Amino acid sequence: MIFKGKAHKYYDNIDTDVIIPARYLNTSDPNELAKHCLEDLDKEFVNKVQKGDILVAGKNFGCGSSREHAPIAIKACGVSCVVAKSFARIFYRNAINIGLPIVECEEAVDGIEAGDEVEVDLVNGIIKNLTKGKEFKAKPFPEFMQNIMKAGGLIEFVKGELKKDA
Amino acid sequence: MAKPMTMSQKILAYHAGKEYVEPGDLIFANVDLVLGNDVTTPVAIKEFEKIGIDRVFDKDKIAIVPDHFTPNKDIKSAQQCKMVREFAKKYEITNYFEVGEMGIEHALLPEKGLVVPGDLVIGADSHTCTYGALGAFSTGIGSTDMACAMATGKCWFKVPEAIKFVLYGKKTGWTSGKDIILHIIGMIGVDGALYKSMEYTGEGLKSLSMDDRFTIANMAIEAGAKNGIFEVDEKTIEYVKHHSTKPYKIFKADEDAEYSEVYEIDISKIKPTVAFPHLPENTKTIDEITEKIYIDQVVIGSCTNGRIEDLRIAAKILKGRKVKKGLRCIIFPATQNIYKQALKEGLIEIFIDAGCVVSTPTCGPCLGGHMGILADGEKALATTNRNFVGRMGHPNSEVYLSSPAIAAASAVLGYIGSPEELGMKGDEE
Repeated sequence: MIFKGKAHKYYDNIDTDVIIPARYLNTSDPNELAKHCLEDLDKEFVNKVQKGDILVAGKNFGCGSSREHAPIAIKACGVSCVVAKSFARIFYRNAINIGLPIVECEEAVDGIEAGDEVEVDLVNGIIKNLTKGKEFKAKPFPEFMQNIMKAGGLIEFVKGELKKDA
Repeated sequence: MAKPMTMSQKILAYHAGKEYVEPGDLIFANVDLVLGNDVTTPVAIKEFEKIGIDRVFDKDKIAIVPDHFTPNKDIKSAQQCKMVREFAKKYEITNYFEVGEMGIEHALLPEKGLVVPGDLVIGADSHTCTYGALGAFSTGIGSTDMACAMATGKCWFKVPEAIKFVLYGKKTGWTSGKDIILHIIGMIGVDGALYKSMEYTGEGLKSLSMDDRFTIANMAIEAGAKNGIFEVDEKTIEYVKHHSTKPYKIFKADEDAEYSEVYEIDISKIKPTVAFPHLPENTKTIDEITEKIYIDQVVIGSCTNGRIEDLRIAAKILKGRKVKKGLRCIIFPATQNIYKQALKEGLIEIFIDAGCVVSTPTCGPCLGGHMGILADGEKALATTNRNFVGRMGHPNSEVYLSSPAIAAASAVLGYIGSPEELGMKGDEE
């Protein structure tokens, strides 16, 4: 799982209310949600973001609500991976469960500027800033979570487990 | 010799069928209750259908409460609720609560006796951590987790480290549970308990009512915590006996359990506290607010502070007074029962006479859904739990958080202030 794209960088404590405001939660259609991703933080984000781009943020990314609409909106608007100093815990598990790749790495966030070309190797936990020629090492995902991600998310994982029981 | 464990470790170990679990362990555990609302359940239903089974793990252990956009505010929310209603009917979900019997989920479930000490509860709503007040391990999850738990009765957990809060002393003046949790969040920050459990113990618990404890546990998520949990005492047992017939189990932390941090807090020193925009950690005590912050709206209610004690305090202050001309004051009893109790006690009449609007239970304005949306540049003081950018409406509006006492007094004053400015002393009965 290697992702490559342009970095969009934001600060600490980006909450789920700005990722996808509640006024759009009367739908769960990913394409509808994608249109409003990060709207209250940066009106231009959805126009700027291109398929494969990487979202970079400070600590506690995704704090607040349990709304899975937040990682769904991020994934559906084309973001391939989120790199942050830390993630809020419900966002963290939602991202894993729906198969949105996320990586925690403080040094990488400090070493990436908006617009830099970034490559993320999720399995080995290597983040490269191709523009600046720097490399950062993140903690690789625990095997438990890699298995969920490999299955394509929690639903596929559970389907596999239910078959085993049958 | 068994290794020492915290309350949360013990509940997780028990539900995973293990003698011992360690912080950082990744486990699958059996859950006692799975909760969803009208925003998160539709996504869960779509995921559930992908699994391809025609039954839920236990129709009595799922609770669905349409409370966010209900009574439905528009066609799209009506469609979402219809989908949820039909799912509940198809799978014969026992604890589906329709408009008319429902309330705000986190006030409703304890009231209905659906959560008891020792339970492991997950809910597709971040404030599911509220039930920690009852000595249960309860935590917010997403819709996919909800879907899988409805199918299997299990959920994956990373066993959290814990922070111990030893409370001592007694509340004084106008201080309530809300001020205690705002004080704590101000102290440790919005990620101060990230991935961790917040465990409350100490003789100070005695001076906290169950409603205070629900408020404190409710906002654990605002410090980034996985759960907040209170040691079970006589007050907890009393509450449970009044509300539930379910068997319960008390898990007490071992004396030598390990904590990542321990805070000793004298609650007699905590003053009424207000969180400034746009994070719950931006706190000031009421006497530190030197400028007059004029507000356009006051909201009293939500899963944090819409319980009967909250309404009683608000009524005590609003009785015989008028809401400042030009200010909107909106009051939300959290459940139908609380509404009825408030009617019986004459609180609703006091609110209406003061010029407030009283609404049926809904999460509405707390998350900028409906029933009290803010316009560009407006300021609100709310007893809700979050003051993020755009939380209650326009992205240029501002939300301040406080207790019901400060909110009610501010509704009369027109700016953020204390009941003492109205000549009311907090300790007077």
